[in-house]
Amino acid sequence: MARLNEANEQLARAIIARYPEPRSALIPLCHLAQEQDGWLDEDAMAHVAELIGCTPAQVLGTASFYEMFKLHPVGKYCINVCTNISCQLLGGEELLEHAESRLGVRSGGTTPDGMFTLEDVECVAACTEAPAVQVNYRYFHRVGIEDFDALIDALLAGELDDVVPPHGTLAKVRQDLAADRIANITAPEDQEMPVWIARAEASAGEGAAT
Amino acid sequence: MNGIVNSLGGTNTSVAPGTPRIVSSRFDEPQGHTLEGYRSTGSYRGYEGLRAVLDMGPDEAGEMVKEATLLGRGGAGFPAGVKWGFCPPGVWPRYIVVNGDESEPGTYKDRVLMERDPHQLIEGCLIAAYAIGAAQVFLYVRGEMAHAQERVAAALNEAYEANLVGRNILGTDFSVDIVLTWGAGAYIVGEETALIESLEGHRGMPRLKPPFFPAAKGLYMRPTVVNNVETLSNLPWMANHGVSEYRAIGTENSPGTRLIALSGHVNSPGVFEVPQGTTTFRDLFESPEFGGGIRDGHELKMFIPGGASAPWFFAEHVDLPLEAKVVGPEGSMLGSGAVVVMDETTDAVRACLRIVRFFARESCGKCTPCREGTTWEEQILTRLLEGHGRPGDLELLLDVADNISPGPYPVASDPQNSLEAVPYPPRQTTICPLGPSSVAPITSAIRRFRSEFTDKITRRPSIPVGSETPAPATAATAGEVGHG
Repeated sequence: MARLNEANEQLARAIIARYPEPRSALIPLCHLAQEQDGWLDEDAMAHVAELIGCTPAQVLGTASFYEMFKLHPVGKYCINVCTNISCQLLGGEELLEHAESRLGVRSGGTTPDGMFTLEDVECVAACTEAPAVQVNYRYFHRVGIEDFDALIDALLAGELDDVVPPHGTLAKVRQDLAADRIANITAPEDQEMPVWIARAEASAGEGAAT
Repeated sequence: MNGIVNSLGGTNTSVAPGTPRIVSSRFDEPQGHTLEGYRSTGSYRGYEGLRAVLDMGPDEAGEMVKEATLLGRGGAGFPAGVKWGFCPPGVWPRYIVVNGDESEPGTYKDRVLMERDPHQLIEGCLIAAYAIGAAQVFLYVRGEMAHAQERVAAALNEAYEANLVGRNILGTDFSVDIVLTWGAGAYIVGEETALIESLEGHRGMPRLKPPFFPAAKGLYMRPTVVNNVETLSNLPWMANHGVSEYRAIGTENSPGTRLIALSGHVNSPGVFEVPQGTTTFRDLFESPEFGGGIRDGHELKMFIPGGASAPWFFAEHVDLPLEAKVVGPEGSMLGSGAVVVMDETTDAVRACLRIVRFFARESCGKCTPCREGTTWEEQILTRLLEGHGRPGDLELLLDVADNISPGPYPVASDPQNSLEAVPYPPRQTTICPLGPSSVAPITSAIRRFRSEFTDKITRRPSIPVGSETPAPATAATAGEVGHG
């Protein structure tokens, strides 16, 4: 696959400018690369390293810690079935078993047609709506066995294309923080006491003096 | 098929009759997430509190939060005003990092707050930044919460456009940037120093405290305040209604309300805003506006009062109030407002294994007792559950647990076994509390349901000694083989 394309490189530079130190943009930029390719490729990691000024190994070192970064190709849809305690109590593990037999892959596997990657995941913060499933990090609540089959059918038929983007795309709305809008972001060593604090201290000093 | 539930619908939210809605007042407003909706609906007018705070001095604003005893809602329950005061004077810059990395099993509140009322959180960030003297706020949302990221991003764009964030806010000399940033799937990043590591572009491994207390050496080794989403979401209401009105709700030690995610075997699970200190677990489980009773025809076996890290409570604890100062000495914690109810059909070993497995998977690997210990715990529990348990496994399990959390582990009082409660928190041989948290379900389950564990050991297959076929060995040797 590839390095970041030109549009994404522009975006990457804008994201880097939001942080006092470029390395803080590492995780957002890896997400951007994954959005472009569907997974996190070595060339993309090398490009991210160039942009933030570290080594490719450092990017890999961070990226490999986080389970959302896929270091090998995955399906168009990542089906994450929660089996943690609240979901387990209401059938999450049985749902996972069903998902394995419906998709014909074990947890962690990808279907041969490249459509689905199945994973059993830890708590996704939908505990009151158990059992919960995420498809490319979009929530489906209270998913029974039949609901799961209907969900897979709908995904295959393309009926959910509006709500579930292909794997890699997280938020469809980005923060629009153009350079001319940024008020205060500079390197930490260039920061001074904020104006309003200085003013408050000055007026307190005057109050004490009078 | 419920369809995509990424905005309204699908989550039951409620408050007790007569309780003011402090943070949840726009949960049911279809447009509550927009700037227009934030200004026109809910229990206060959006961004009016900020205006009031900007008229005060920063010290006065900090004093307000201190007086209110706003307890942190992320798990530790430390007063936010006191936490803010830990920043060393005269050291600049100071940063605020908002912890929106909600992932404690059972916890579901920060996601609702970010999805349904993002402006409330933004206004809370602004009030905190003004009081502390932070010119930059980093709002760290959990990676898996795509919709929350969208809602917060859209709200920030609106707020920048309306001059509520950015340069010279509302015509004053107060300028602050709020940057939305996000994670990539790691429970441990919810721990504040690990969150800072992650925000610096590193693996999310906790730092040793001391010396790395965020208030002194946090983000980029500068003073940093890390606050939970729900904590900051309380500030706009407080700025509008005043401290005395806030303190009138709940109790002296725990004023205000908190969001509780009630899940598991109840008739109507949901996210509920309840007064702290005065509401009891029984109210939560039984009252019709909340849980509506234990799942039909069943009875309570145990419940988790504060997320997977909390030691379990049992039927005799249901009348305890949601008050940290009561629950702590009783041997557990309120944690992150996650109450998980389990009825008598629940297999204690299976539930215990599931929670332990979570900690084993999420251990960052920095400290040996946690990295190795949680894996051992998971292995032992797995073989117990699968019917391959060995004699001595329980003792081994408890020994491994003791290496992660030495000494008596906090437990709920247990009248059945005439045991007294050991107060929370536990001791630990690790940098952060993740490893010791894995011990909570083990000690809770073994103390109360020991027989469920031992049954699984004795039920192992052994060579039958038939009367018709002559046994190849004596009964005694066959027994040994069976246990070998």
